[in-house]
Amino acid sequence: MAADQDLKIELGKQGVFVTTIEELYNWGRRSSVWPMQFGLACCAIEMIATTMARYDLARFGAEVFRPSPRQADLMIISGTVTKKMAPQVVRLYNQMAEPKYVIAMGACAISGGPFKQGYNVLKGIDRYIPVDVHIPGCPPRPEALLQAFMTLQKKIDGQSLTGADRPRHLNAETNCEFPVPAQGDHDLEPPSNRLVWPLPAVTK
Amino acid sequence: MKTAEETKAAIEAAVPGAGVTIVPNPSPSAQHSLRLDPSHAIAVAKFLRDDEELSLDFLSNVTGVDYLDKEIAEKVKVTRQVAKTVDGVEQMVEETVEETRKHVEPGYLEAVYHLFSMKKKHGPVVLRMRTANRTDKVELPSFTPIWRSAEFQEREIFDLYGIVFTGHPDLRRLLMWPEFKDHPMRKDYLEPDDFDYEPTAHDKVLERAKVHQGSSGGQQGAEAAR
Repeated sequence: MAADQDLKIELGKQGVFVTTIEELYNWGRRSSVWPMQFGLACCAIEMIATTMARYDLARFGAEVFRPSPRQADLMIISGTVTKKMAPQVVRLYNQMAEPKYVIAMGACAISGGPFKQGYNVLKGIDRYIPVDVHIPGCPPRPEALLQAFMTLQKKIDGQSLTGADRPRHLNAETNCEFPVPAQGDHDLEPPSNRLVWPLPAVTK
Repeated sequence: MKTAEETKAAIEAAVPGAGVTIVPNPSPSAQHSLRLDPSHAIAVAKFLRDDEELSLDFLSNVTGVDYLDKEIAEKVKVTRQVAKTVDGVEQMVEETVEETRKHVEPGYLEAVYHLFSMKKKHGPVVLRMRTANRTDKVELPSFTPIWRSAEFQEREIFDLYGIVFTGHPDLRRLLMWPEFKDHPMRKDYLEPDDFDYEPTAHDKVLERAKVHQGSSGGQQGAEAAR
């Protein structure tokens, strides 16, 4: 139900501002994505660099790193997720209030990266929590993290507030709680959450 | 600085019956190490730290090594009585036959310590200790009471190799979670079977990923999970 763009511009020239609740709502959401203050490995250093004056994450309204998951909107998985750390990461994600987003930053957070076959390395955090944006790189440049922010903002902007693809927090039927894996005798149990991560098809 | 032989002689003079053996290093570095008998190891370590000439006051590194059980095949010549027909008459003839005999040499776990002296500016002196086997007799004396820097490194070896350091003040797992049962750096460690999605598999990973392909893996598996 977006207003006709040409009409809006024409009205704007006449001093009339037209918008929709959806646009206003999404504009508010995308312009104040507050990340959680938490870093896992070397990617966190690049994340910190992104917030500093040179790259200036504040331009996107995302400079307020919150030390509590209750106040954060975005979780940046910045680094290797070890199997020892994975339950804590999922628990922190569960503690965040909706609407919440996840950026998997770097090769390790996506797939385990260079440490993939390690005995204590999770093969990607998307096995347990839904990831909105994946950024490859080892580590990704601050520009890449900014690109991820812009991609996330576009994604938020494109969401409609009604209909089947409405955001999770507006759909009372969706489950916002993701099971925390248990640390078993040999591996995490279960090794992945199939509802979040249905086995991707291997293309040859 | 003393050579390995001189250090060995000094130890044996100070600690009677210490049972030190030299493990030679054939590489150009010639960094020979001293293998200690675990029952005298604490006395030897105290001597190495407190001796005026050696004064090895700094333990820089502790690590573990895993040696698997070795099956050794030997060829032995055996003489046997064999019945044979010679010129139509049955006779017992002696014959030498080659036989291969196999015996299993039990494996062991090893802790390796690298010592330096800050006072005398020399080092390293490399110490080794071996456990009796890899399964139930895996105790070694802890050097943490002598060199404090051994604490975390011995915990790590306990975690990853399963050597139990007796006399360690706080022997818990360091890297893996407390419920974890295996020792991942052992050579016979088998990682859990989570090779169901390997888009760029090769070598050993490919072998393990192949099990999942077909009926349970790939597209069909994804549909079944949905």
